[in-house]
Amino acid sequence: MTGFTTDQLDWTPWLAPLTEPELTDAHREALVDAARAASPYFRLLARDPEILHARTKTDKDIFYNTKGGLPRPERELAATATSRRNGCVYCASVHARFAAHYSKRPDDVQRLLDEGVGAPQDGRWQAVIDASVALAATPVEFGAEHIEALRAAGLDDLAISDTIHAAAFFNWANRLMLSLGEPTADR
Amino acid sequence: MIDVIDHLAGIEPDSPLDHLRDQRPDAREHAQRGFDALLTPDVPGEVSLVERDAVAAFVTGLHRDPRTARFYADRLSELAPDLLDVVRREIAAGSTTGPYGAYPADGPLAVESDDGLRYRAQDPAALGGRLTAAFEHAHLLVFRPREADPKDLRALADAGWSDTAIVTLSQLVAFLSFQIRVVAGLRLLGATQKGTS
Repeated sequence: MTGFTTDQLDWTPWLAPLTEPELTDAHREALVDAARAASPYFRLLARDPEILHARTKTDKDIFYNTKGGLPRPERELAATATSRRNGCVYCASVHARFAAHYSKRPDDVQRLLDEGVGAPQDGRWQAVIDASVALAATPVEFGAEHIEALRAAGLDDLAISDTIHAAAFFNWANRLMLSLGEPTADR
Repeated sequence: MIDVIDHLAGIEPDSPLDHLRDQRPDAREHAQRGFDALLTPDVPGEVSLVERDAVAAFVTGLHRDPRTARFYADRLSELAPDLLDVVRREIAAGSTTGPYGAYPADGPLAVESDDGLRYRAQDPAALGGRLTAAFEHAHLLVFRPREADPKDLRALADAGWSDTAIVTLSQLVAFLSFQIRVVAGLRLLGATQKGTS
């Protein structure tokens, strides 16, 4: 296995995904985007279409609904920090690329991957990373001090809620990607 | 039908948090639909309702948020009262703090390996073979997901879990990991709003 990287990785399932001919209309609706029928990950999750559909719609609103709240690069930062803490190399690679692209701060993202969630960052990124790490803990260690730090960094309540949702969602995504398959070198 | 996140986070209609959640309407709606799909499915299919509620009570018990844990324990006690004490003992045996776990010893992340409890079910006879395997897998996913390996899926298969049932079980544990954190975060955000208004 590779270390944490922004390289493009593949993901190989450990259980048999549905094959494309096996996908019914209900499965395709659950995939939400037709293009996801090409992904072994989503075709594996399509074995239970209802929860896949709910997962995907939740994911898209948390990350792509940019009406106010936390700017997109920092949502991706929360996803990356959560994945770094939980140990999901594949998830971290995807969202580190997004975080670096949207923030135009590839060096800061690379430091998060290389040195981990304790690497020094500027105040606002530090607050988002610290909140994500506290939310990744079991039991959850997210406390009033994390909310205060996010407020002090300029986040309003919607942005704080977005931080919570982005970090929480990656506690869902990381567990699926880590336990149903593994990252592999891009073909 | 209640919205479970609102219920567990104590979000009242027309409160600031209610309005805040309305600004992410799909996330709100589909977080609830996720609960419905996993905990109250129209067709339970390959994972029984008792298995779903037992795993949910175990996973939320391990997270030690009293209100959330009680909600899922109450669901289990309605459906399978005999299992509640069995599950409580498993929660006590499995309680620890995470995430932790070993990275591959020959890989670049080996220096970050972090050892911790490797839970095994205390009372497999009371749980039965399927739930014993499900609890051991759920504990792995909650605390050391970085260690998951194909052999863990084979252990589930050996206990009678089909590929589709494994997907549902994995989604259940992973979804609860999300729901628990949204609830904890929003509840705290609500408390700090009250404190500053």
